[in-house]
Amino acid sequence: MRYLPQTKKNREAMLEKIGVNSVDDLFKDVPKKAFVKGQVDLPEHMSELQVERTLGNYANQNRPAISGPFFLGAGVYHHHIPSTVDYIIQRSEFLTAYTPYQPEIAQGTLQMIYEYQTMIAQLTGQDIANASLYDGATATAEAVLMAMRLTKRSKVVLATSLNPQYKDVLDTYMWVTENAGYVDDVSEDVAAVIVQTPDFHGNVHGLDEWRKKCDETGAKLIVVVTEILSLGLCPAPTQADIVCGEGQSIGLPMSYGGPHLGFFACREEYLRQIPGRLCGETVDADGKRAFVLTLSTREQHIRREKATSNICTNQGLCALAFTVHMSLLGEDGFKTLSQINHAQAGKLADALAKIDGVKIETENFFNEFVVSLPKDAQEICDALAEKNITAGLVVGEKDLLVAATEMTTESDIEAFASALKDALA
Amino acid sequence: MADAVLKNDGDNISMSNENQPIAVRETRALYQYEPLLWEKEQSDHSGTDWTAPDNFKNRTGQKQRETIGLPQVSEPEVMRHFVRLSSWNYSIDNGFFPLGSCTMKHNPRLNEKLARLPGFANIHPLQRAEDVQGALGLMYELQNWIAELTGLPSVCLTPAAGAHGELAGMMTIKRAHDLNNDTARKYVLVPDSAHGTNPATAVMCGYETRTIVTKETGRIPVEAFKEALYKTDPKGADIAGMMVTNPNTCGLFENDICELADLLHEAGGYFYCDGANFNALVGKIRPGDFGVDVMHLNLHKTFSTPHGGGGPGSGPICVADSLAPYVPSPLIVKESDDSYRLEENGERETSLGRLKGYQGQFGMHVRALSYMMSHGSDGLKRVSEDAVLHANYVLACLQDDYHVPYAGPCMHECLLSDKTQKETGVTTMDIAKTLVEHGMHPMTVYFPLVVNGAMLIEPTETESKENIDRFITVMKSIATDARAGDTAKFHDYPISAPRKRLDEVKAAREPKLRWKETA
Repeated sequence: MRYLPQTKKNREAMLEKIGVNSVDDLFKDVPKKAFVKGQVDLPEHMSELQVERTLGNYANQNRPAISGPFFLGAGVYHHHIPSTVDYIIQRSEFLTAYTPYQPEIAQGTLQMIYEYQTMIAQLTGQDIANASLYDGATATAEAVLMAMRLTKRSKVVLATSLNPQYKDVLDTYMWVTENAGYVDDVSEDVAAVIVQTPDFHGNVHGLDEWRKKCDETGAKLIVVVTEILSLGLCPAPTQADIVCGEGQSIGLPMSYGGPHLGFFACREEYLRQIPGRLCGETVDADGKRAFVLTLSTREQHIRREKATSNICTNQGLCALAFTVHMSLLGEDGFKTLSQINHAQAGKLADALAKIDGVKIETENFFNEFVVSLPKDAQEICDALAEKNITAGLVVGEKDLLVAATEMTTESDIEAFASALKDALA
Repeated sequence: MADAVLKNDGDNISMSNENQPIAVRETRALYQYEPLLWEKEQSDHSGTDWTAPDNFKNRTGQKQRETIGLPQVSEPEVMRHFVRLSSWNYSIDNGFFPLGSCTMKHNPRLNEKLARLPGFANIHPLQRAEDVQGALGLMYELQNWIAELTGLPSVCLTPAAGAHGELAGMMTIKRAHDLNNDTARKYVLVPDSAHGTNPATAVMCGYETRTIVTKETGRIPVEAFKEALYKTDPKGADIAGMMVTNPNTCGLFENDICELADLLHEAGGYFYCDGANFNALVGKIRPGDFGVDVMHLNLHKTFSTPHGGGGPGSGPICVADSLAPYVPSPLIVKESDDSYRLEENGERETSLGRLKGYQGQFGMHVRALSYMMSHGSDGLKRVSEDAVLHANYVLACLQDDYHVPYAGPCMHECLLSDKTQKETGVTTMDIAKTLVEHGMHPMTVYFPLVVNGAMLIEPTETESKENIDRFITVMKSIATDARAGDTAKFHDYPISAPRKRLDEVKAAREPKLRWKETA
């Protein structure tokens, strides 16, 4: 009961002040049948050490990425996180603050969000960005819903391979949206054209052709980026109407899929249709610059059933981790890190391509590509796992999606190539 | 803000001169002025030591990116930047934070430590099941705890936050009606005291909301409920369900809840319970036993995962057997050999599908289970009892000074209004900002909407009596000064915070949402 400060004496004093005999008297409005008899059927409280041991046992049954060469990506990437990041996000004043509803005593969070919004807008080549969304998949779904509001249309074109997790989430959001559906061609019914780049299979795409089709039909061009680090090497998707995706690569651990960071940027003219929180600049009573959550007339707590989205919060602390890491990298560091990822992927591709029967299927890649194997990909994956190598994701009977990052060493690449050679022999 | 950087000619300017750089003018003692990253001295090298690859070859098929515009600040200055920003924030670790319906309780650091174990932080969501048995086992265990605490046996952990849990819950209801070919149901009953997310969610799911007026008593009147239920169909056959927060946002338990649930179920609708206020019930009362079919929990409220300045949250849903087939995928499956795996895509055909990438906010699952195990069945019961005791104590102490719209006892939060003070020109906003001036976070203000000038106070169980008494003292002194007509000062507060009151109208009328280089 270490987290509960109340004393027996104080409880009695409070009950006396209230004028009841026992705390149960305060629950008099609750129907009898809803009360648990005694205690719920769960273990009693534990010491810190007991909890550490119990959950530590769970942690020990997992194989973390650092335990061997690791080439799995597919939307979640194994990157280095500078120690400053985790120190800053654990500061009480950031970690245990609420959504900044009282701006006079939340300028720290608000200025950070403003800086985050600026960085996202710069990276994506867009005018504005919101304060973040749950993850890349839900951000993509929100982008499609926004495009539907803007165009009053309901059809969607998937122009490139979209991460299957994103596709599944989008399917679910579209299922509850009237008339929503996928079509193959960009026509006058189309609300949104979605281009993931690099796409799920690692291909980097140009956008001019899709921009042209959108201009011809009035559809909105949504660009999805699941590896935000690619924006340090690939051109900014300025042709897009909306750019959204996943920021996990900068400052956030993989953490078995969450919490991560959905980012969302768009053109200024769509300002009033953006989902989620926005932080803006203003002044205080003394004329000093200050920041505040703004344009809340779009949001559920004001608009209720007419809101642009039901979203309440953002991924505040994840946005902070991102912002701290980006600050450390700076313009030069971000681009260099991006180049390192690309170079490591290139080395990996070259090493694998030398093996008989192995072919690199992705022509233009950033840090991830598909390799086709002369044998069953799942069997190969399992064989490599025996050697403590996490080879990648099986994306076809004989196809493997593999990623390299700055965490990938030369000896990791050698180990992978040599184990693959053995497994195929 | 060009004067953010100190210039050497400052030597010749008096300390009191307005032309002094802003950093000199504003910085005082513990308050350190800090500009935006772009306004700081820019470094000629990165705060990290990555070495550019030799003989770099661009194989993307695209032109290499040129200038992005990112700021470049040295490593030590990055640390100062964020530490200074943090010092302008109020947090639960600073002091009292009675924000109603938000459950700002102590965040144990044990939970942070455990979520960072490499075996949790450093695993990939698509790793093979045999490599992540511990993660799956932990999630399965968390499902069991939630099921036992709520009396709702099927648990889906994937929703990312409370509002996302609401969406999951209402989609589950929609999926159930769809698969039962019961598609004529188009209305969802929502009381006017509901969180804004409730009607927004219902509409996202394609439903229309029908509002129940609760203003008179702060609770849903059975008669008004029946009227709404049978308004367009004598048997309520066009009602998909209801969304009710219980305890509700007035801090009251809906004492007719069983009768309302029975009527709804008779009509074929499902009862969605907004679990934002589960802290009043945890370990003591089970929503499954008062008629709930589906509920979301806010792990960041009841189970103390940190709010982080607005996320990440986590909003698992738990459902009665009747809705179990329809919840989002993937669930965690326990095999006959006691191993665990994720449900495969399409494995449960009745599922509404995936609602979030991967398995949800796993890091929050670790923290929440750590919190639950620390408290155990005895501690969790103590949580709800102390939370309710504290709120009633605040109510008892302040009821002579502030208008109480609905008589107590309340549950874990109490509702007051500024009706009495308003006559002297002191509003809820003034009271909130006066609390800020006195080093406390205000209560939730102007919510619920059913009470004018509402002040919703949730002390939580992790406050000592000393802290609560200090809050009560400040609240009483505000009431005393208001009565005495000593009110002018209230409109200026806060005056000691890093900023005074903000011009929010300007922020909305002239939106400026990012930094831009000025010519």
